[in-house]
Amino acid sequence: MTRTTRPARPSAARRSTALRGAAVVGALALTLAACSGGGGSDADPEAAAEEGGELLVWAWDPTVEPIAEAYMEANPDVTIELVNAGTGNDQYTALQNAISAGSGVPDLAQIEYYALPQFAIGESLADLTELGADELEGTYTPGPWNAVQQGEGVYGLPLDSGPMALFYNEELFTQHGIEVPTTWEEYVAAARTLHAADPNAYITADTGDAGLATSLMWQAGGRPFQVEGTDVTVDLADEGSQQYAELWQQLVGEDLVAPISAWSDEWYQGLGNGTIATLVTGAWMPGNFESGVPEGSGKWRVAPMPQWEAGESVTAENGGSAMSVMEASENKALAYDFLEFASAGDGVQIRIDGGGFPATVADLESEEYLGTESEYFGGQKINEVLSQAAADVSEGWQYLPFQVYANSVFNDTVGQAYVSDATIAEGLSAWQEQLVTYGNDQGFTVE
Amino acid sequence: MTQTAVPVAAAALTAPRRRRTRGSWTGWGFVGPFMAVFALVFLAPIAYSLWISLFRTQLVGGTTFVGLENYQRALEDPQFWSALGRVTAFLAVQVPVMLGIALLVALALDSGRLYGRDFFRISIFLPYAVPAVVATLMWGFMYGTRFGLVGNINDALGTTLPNPLSPDLVLAAIGNIVTWEFVGYNMLIFYSALRTVPTSLYEAAEIDGAGQWRVITAIKLPAIRGALVVATIFSIIGSFQLFNEPSILQSLAPNAITTYFTPNLYAFSLSFSGQQYNYSATVALIMGVLTMVIAYVVQLRGMRKEA
Repeated sequence: MTRTTRPARPSAARRSTALRGAAVVGALALTLAACSGGGGSDADPEAAAEEGGELLVWAWDPTVEPIAEAYMEANPDVTIELVNAGTGNDQYTALQNAISAGSGVPDLAQIEYYALPQFAIGESLADLTELGADELEGTYTPGPWNAVQQGEGVYGLPLDSGPMALFYNEELFTQHGIEVPTTWEEYVAAARTLHAADPNAYITADTGDAGLATSLMWQAGGRPFQVEGTDVTVDLADEGSQQYAELWQQLVGEDLVAPISAWSDEWYQGLGNGTIATLVTGAWMPGNFESGVPEGSGKWRVAPMPQWEAGESVTAENGGSAMSVMEASENKALAYDFLEFASAGDGVQIRIDGGGFPATVADLESEEYLGTESEYFGGQKINEVLSQAAADVSEGWQYLPFQVYANSVFNDTVGQAYVSDATIAEGLSAWQEQLVTYGNDQGFTVE
Repeated sequence: MTQTAVPVAAAALTAPRRRRTRGSWTGWGFVGPFMAVFALVFLAPIAYSLWISLFRTQLVGGTTFVGLENYQRALEDPQFWSALGRVTAFLAVQVPVMLGIALLVALALDSGRLYGRDFFRISIFLPYAVPAVVATLMWGFMYGTRFGLVGNINDALGTTLPNPLSPDLVLAAIGNIVTWEFVGYNMLIFYSALRTVPTSLYEAAEIDGAGQWRVITAIKLPAIRGALVVATIFSIIGSFQLFNEPSILQSLAPNAITTYFTPNLYAFSLSFSGQQYNYSATVALIMGVLTMVIAYVVQLRGMRKEA
């Protein structure tokens, strides 16, 4: 489940018509900039914004458009062209093609955290430390801040984050007299009780999701991927990964997990009609509940993520995306100014209003945010739980510099445990084998 | 199954010989536009695929010339062979079933003994007019064991039907979709071939006292031999190029349909998830050559007696 906020609708390349008005001004500003010697990329971002210019932004998140409009209002000399080049992997393919072709590369692109290392390693993203991004340390919660860093550099600023929590159907739990699980052990027990009480009800739904699997390893303390430049270590048998494998093997092996793929029609129906009792997923989920599962309104609640050790409070991230300045951008200073506006400035409130989950500490801790009562969740102050989850994210996780590929073959390997006698542990070792082969093929040194 | 758009009769017809026209450049003027487009959208991509199949581009280290290494790798790649094996099994089972049904329907229509023949013909052909993507989505919903048709049957009758999207059955489930889509198309090929048989032959057969079965085996089937061969070749090409159906069902059955389920799906995954464009081009080229060879062999065998 590596989705950011609500799954963007597959609308065709969407250009904001409202942005056209400013085009003339922008073009004029550009010619002026050209006369004055090209406003180099090392320039001060604020000065660049005053000077003006044009920016091309690739993003699928619907809140980026109002942010761009707000920015242009504040900086009348800047014109932003927004393009939706597809969601997630579709956009990465387009972006990779543009980079290879050396033309048509945007100034800024939305990139999910798991895909960020791939582009950073390929030297396609600008290091933002020179532009002042290092001053932003402490602005964001540790999970997303950690995710945008690669080595010494900062290769993007967080748009949102996905600290995990337990979303559960309270009605179903009350009906069967089941306590809300606080540990994974209790979670498995609850799964058994629930399914025994009602054969049509399952604790959760999963058909093999690399994003969820890696997040659970992450929470368990597993660090299966270690990356040091082009030296990569893959160890999907480390303690945390094994803990995940054992837990999920019980659930899958005993058919306690509904074989329904996330984001399918059956899935949305199942969330609404009591087939699927819980979801352990990122904090960006509430918006999806409201738009996709209207019949679940009032039934669902949010609780902290189940723990591996009773009494602890450790979480992991699931999904979420950053926005990065592309190395090929000719106006990095201006691009950075917009990025800071979107990620740490006025853009944050626009995103919160649009249903996004912020990555900025100040907003997560604000009284107003924490006190908001969610009607969908029966008046629960869900942000208190989600905000705490953001603070509890376990540190030190790394994704592979080819995680996009890795996730794509997850079902070929680990997924087989869902449909055959193979175990998840066997699947993990097959996955590891494929990743090592692929990594070495691609010029990394992988062991 | 993507059917190629070659006109049905083209392969069966042999062009009559003509005198060489004077002013050979005039002819080029007429075929020029076609040749230009043909070169641009057919020859150029193939040439480009050939070119990039000789290189290897890495995320770290860039592009290097590797000669035929990609081809060697494909020949030793178990995933490629399993994909090829799968479409071959599909070809061996689904194509005879589909063509058999199509032939049966065409003969039934041609026998003139059906009421509402035109309605029957149109309704059998109709699935072909449904885009493959839509058809697959539709069948995907029906295959659902929870909220789909299979689920409804289970609820109504208290049965536990096997899940059509489980790894053991998914190929058969895809075969069912493809058959549903293309029976009408093949039926139409056969039916139009049957319509060209002169009625005097049937009259002669009747005078000789031949029954319906004898008429079919002695007159109708030999008469539509060409059409049978053409339909078979199209079906072979379609089977080897199987892509739409598994690709769409993948989101419903991600563990049953692997990224290397069919050769085309494998080439697609290599390109778009793995960025292994060079190897992907190699796989695509090998599949193209294999398809051509097999289609050519079938054509040679099928047409031999006709000459």
